[in-house]
Amino acid sequence: MGETLVRTEGLSLAYGDHAVLRNVDFHIDPGEIVTIVGPNGSGKSSFLKAVIGALTPSSGSIWRKRGLKMGYVPQKLHLDPVFPLTVQRFLTLTRRPAAGEVGSVVARLGIAGVLGQQVASLSGGQLQRVLLAHALIGQPDLLILDEAAQGLDQPAIAAFYRLVEALRAETGTAILMVSHDLHVVMSASDRVICLNGHVCCEGTPTVVSEAPEYRRLFGQGTEGALALYRHVHDHRHEGADAQGGVQGND
Amino acid sequence: MIDPFFLRIALAAVLVAMTAGPLGCFVLWRRMVFFGDTISHAALLGIALSLALSMPVMPGVLLAAMAVSAVMLMAGARFHHADTLLGVAAHSALALGLVAVSLLGGVRVNLVGYLIGDILAVDTRDLWLIAGGALLSLGLLAWRWRGLLVSSVNQEMAIAHGWHPVREGAIFTLMLALLVAVAIKLVGALMISAMLIMPAATARLGARTPERMAFLAAFWAVIAAISGLVGSFRFDTPAGPSIVVAMLVLLVLAASARWLLDRLR
Repeated sequence: MGETLVRTEGLSLAYGDHAVLRNVDFHIDPGEIVTIVGPNGSGKSSFLKAVIGALTPSSGSIWRKRGLKMGYVPQKLHLDPVFPLTVQRFLTLTRRPAAGEVGSVVARLGIAGVLGQQVASLSGGQLQRVLLAHALIGQPDLLILDEAAQGLDQPAIAAFYRLVEALRAETGTAILMVSHDLHVVMSASDRVICLNGHVCCEGTPTVVSEAPEYRRLFGQGTEGALALYRHVHDHRHEGADAQGGVQGND
Repeated sequence: MIDPFFLRIALAAVLVAMTAGPLGCFVLWRRMVFFGDTISHAALLGIALSLALSMPVMPGVLLAAMAVSAVMLMAGARFHHADTLLGVAAHSALALGLVAVSLLGGVRVNLVGYLIGDILAVDTRDLWLIAGGALLSLGLLAWRWRGLLVSSVNQEMAIAHGWHPVREGAIFTLMLALLVAVAIKLVGALMISAMLIMPAATARLGARTPERMAFLAAFWAVIAAISGLVGSFRFDTPAGPSIVVAMLVLLVLAASARWLLDRLR
């Protein structure tokens, strides 16, 4: 597997006096897909911020592999309309690409048609692909996705996470994502960590979805989680079927 | 025959404009319009303090602008409602500065000159300082361009990809403070914000990339500075406001042209 990419020990985070996360032991290895699930306010996003180095731990430690290259996919960009930025320019904004790299990433993510467009004018799905493409430039060891599929409809979410899974297979990058699209995301993961101010439970998707701590947080209807994913994998339907899957009534 | 005095003033104004244009783009992109106001108002407080302490004006203004920006940066990181704080700070600094300048009974101060600029008060030594300060600020911007751009798009993304947005932001406010300090005698505390914002807003109309917008902003600022100064000399109007009026004319023309082009397409 190679050397662990990021490891935290007893990591606690706080905003002022308000503790958001306590005592998190975490690690991610090369090529792994780890998903963090948790209700709103569970500290998921704060945890990601600590991993990328945007938030300093109030106690505990965080260790990153020397020279670790991260690719970060934010939820949104919140670009002001007064900020002119074409997709083409954005892709190579933070890292200089290797020769031919932009072309292959653009082709792989199917965004050749929007290269000349303004980033601020992209639709939700296009923006997610562009953000993902940007994060892939420079061949990161670790791809970090913060609620990346938020705002997409169910089939698009499933397609997005299949793409993420495929990218791991093609590039060998490790992937750490945070999501509340539990059902789809969990099945695409090697490991799931359920967070609610602390680590409630963790393990393979099957283990976590059957853990009592997880059920307490997300209710009983989660048996459908894996079913939906397999279902979506088999054949593509719009709307109604996916909806049924979400309810867990399969 | 061109007046050598006019030439020197024009050169200083062109350098200030060339720097203000691209810096102003970042002021817009980072939604710091109010911050620019605060720095320029703090500059007036700096003038009052330097006069009270019999210090040269420019370093005093630079110090005051940097002190206020440092306080703002720290406050901004801690409070979410930085807007209110900026509003309070901007107008308090302005009022304190005005009161302090008036209280300095012994010193005869041309207050209006510092508010709207007074090119007749600019001597040769000032011109060197203006040119040096503007070029230094522009050089800093060129040096930090990419990091500052990345940081302005998304902070977390910048950090994850190995940039330092907090540091870039601090260097940016230093550039602003530097420009305000050297430009205040020439264009005045009340007009500096306009020099930052208006050419950038004009440039946005014809730009598709940040680099092009910055270049166009510098270009429009220089055009406005020269035509504003020519107007100021011909009609005997104050230099700072004349330059800003020229910027307004350019902005209106560019917006109209854009509107027409969009209709014709």
